[in-house]
Amino acid sequence: MTQMLLNALLLALRAIRRNLMRSFLTVLGVVIGVAAVITMVTLGNGATRMVADQISSLGSNLLILRPGQQLGPGRDSAGAPSFKLADVEAVQTQVPSLRAVAPVVGSKVTLVAGNQNWQSQVNGTNNAYFTAGNWQIAAGRQFEEDEESAGKAVCIIGATTKKQLFGNTSPIGNEIRVKNFTCQVIGLLQAKGQGAMGQDQDDIVLMPILTAQRRLTGSTDVSTLMLSMRDGIASDPVMEQIRKLMRERRKLSENMDDNFSVMDTKQIAEALSGTIRTMTGLLGAVAAVSLLVGGIGIMNIMLVSVTERTREIGVRLAIGALEHEVLLQFLIEAVVLSALGGLVGIVLALVVCLGLTALMHMPFLFSPGINLLAFVFSGAIGIVFGYMPARRAASLDPIVALRFE
Amino acid sequence: MKDTPDRAVPLISLRAVTKTYGKGSAAFQALKGVDLDIPQGQFIAIMGPSGSGKSTALNILGCLDGPTTGSYQFRDIQVEELTRNQRALLRRHYLGFVFQGFNLLSRTSAQENVELPLLYRGAETKVRHAAAREALAQVGLTGWEHHTPGELSGGQQQRVAIARAIVTRPLVLLADEPTGNLDSQRGHEIMDLLVALNRDQGITIIMVTHEPEMAAYAGRVVKFVDGLVDSDVHAIEQKGDR
Repeated sequence: MTQMLLNALLLALRAIRRNLMRSFLTVLGVVIGVAAVITMVTLGNGATRMVADQISSLGSNLLILRPGQQLGPGRDSAGAPSFKLADVEAVQTQVPSLRAVAPVVGSKVTLVAGNQNWQSQVNGTNNAYFTAGNWQIAAGRQFEEDEESAGKAVCIIGATTKKQLFGNTSPIGNEIRVKNFTCQVIGLLQAKGQGAMGQDQDDIVLMPILTAQRRLTGSTDVSTLMLSMRDGIASDPVMEQIRKLMRERRKLSENMDDNFSVMDTKQIAEALSGTIRTMTGLLGAVAAVSLLVGGIGIMNIMLVSVTERTREIGVRLAIGALEHEVLLQFLIEAVVLSALGGLVGIVLALVVCLGLTALMHMPFLFSPGINLLAFVFSGAIGIVFGYMPARRAASLDPIVALRFE
Repeated sequence: MKDTPDRAVPLISLRAVTKTYGKGSAAFQALKGVDLDIPQGQFIAIMGPSGSGKSTALNILGCLDGPTTGSYQFRDIQVEELTRNQRALLRRHYLGFVFQGFNLLSRTSAQENVELPLLYRGAETKVRHAAAREALAQVGLTGWEHHTPGELSGGQQQRVAIARAIVTRPLVLLADEPTGNLDSQRGHEIMDLLVALNRDQGITIIMVTHEPEMAAYAGRVVKFVDGLVDSDVHAIEQKGDR
């Protein structure tokens, strides 16, 4: 039995070698199908991991309070009342489960330092921002109490902003021109990298909120509150507590909807990961269809091959090949072809994934499972789509086959 | 061969063999009751006009097809009782085929073409290589082992085909118009080779041909007309004259 299989394998390999170019074109469909499936799944896994990593880098146990209802159709933040500093203080004092409450207000502003200029996100906030946003100070210091209360023109800048404005020299003590005022750089943030939506988190300038309100936005509004919960606290009751507090402060009656929203970044991360997983599944399914098409390509070529090699099959039968030996040879030929296609596809997927993950700054997660599955599947395609042509070859009448022109 | 030729018990024995193709009104009787005994070691040429049934007879003798009625005894085997796969095994172990169109595997070296029947016998690689080289040497193609059919002349291709047929040391070599695609000189060379194989190795040769000058090499000429044996001439005295 083993000897017979080995012989069939040898015969099949010789037949494939005789027509290398066509063999290659035959399996191209399987190569692309396998590569597509593996690439989709690998990139999907990488994207999921990336989102998870970035959400956790955003800060642990982080809640975000924003004006307006983000969720649901026909609702948006336009027209919803903004928060004031009094709201920030109320949340700070009345929700004990929070360890840090950071108000945020900001806009995209062009900065000038020396002869360099650069556009950055400038946020007005307070020292709680570092806790809530999980930021470390790389050099310099945080805001002093009097700087916050008096709204002094001082700022702490992110790594990207520093690089664009100051290059490799230390920014501490230097001045940046922000719109129509000058502020002194007192600190540098530790670099964080890309955010969940692909934005550069290090392209940022922080200043005391009073400074930003007075000199940048010209209003007393606070656009967002970043709230960091204490460790080991469930987010749902805290969110409910904040919701109640805000409804009370805004005097919303029973039948009125919230005109603000509280979001848990963990929930956002989970929702986002779920979406990515669904997309990965869909794209993988589309790729699997191309694998199926590749299989039909193999069947097509094998049928052509059987017709073209009718005389050869006649010779084999005349020489004394048994029906099942011819069947096995053609079946193995199809399986070897598609399995080789699978292997090439895996290598191709590896190259493509390495390139794309590098290009998209995503982690490359090699999944042995999907690679093995794709390989086994490509072999199975050879069996399924190779059987019919093989059956046809084996059932040929040697006399007719030998006379075939 | 190993077996001593025994004239009393023929190697091949056809009795009242008929072969009908098609059914009903479309039926065509290619053989109408053929009796033929072929002792071991004979070189027999089958001749006849087209449609006389000579090719059908060769197919049945070569166990590629079974007779419709009648009996075919090969040694002690009743061939008409065999299944398709059993006939294949009989071919594998006792018969060798040479065709008019050579029928070598294209883009495959002479060596690998000759090895093909041994692969189906499950011979080991070493044995296969040695036997194929020896068979190629017997047909005078030493040094051509690694040439593909496309690189060989028609005469050389037919020699490779003969090597492929004899590599298994068959009892019977069946040749269907082996010189049909060759010029007369190559044809005579191939016939000399067949005569030598018959004489030196005792291989029984059954050859279908329509060329009398090729049939003249055979020790016995059987003529078919209309599905029956018309004449059966033993010409043993001619053997070796040429």
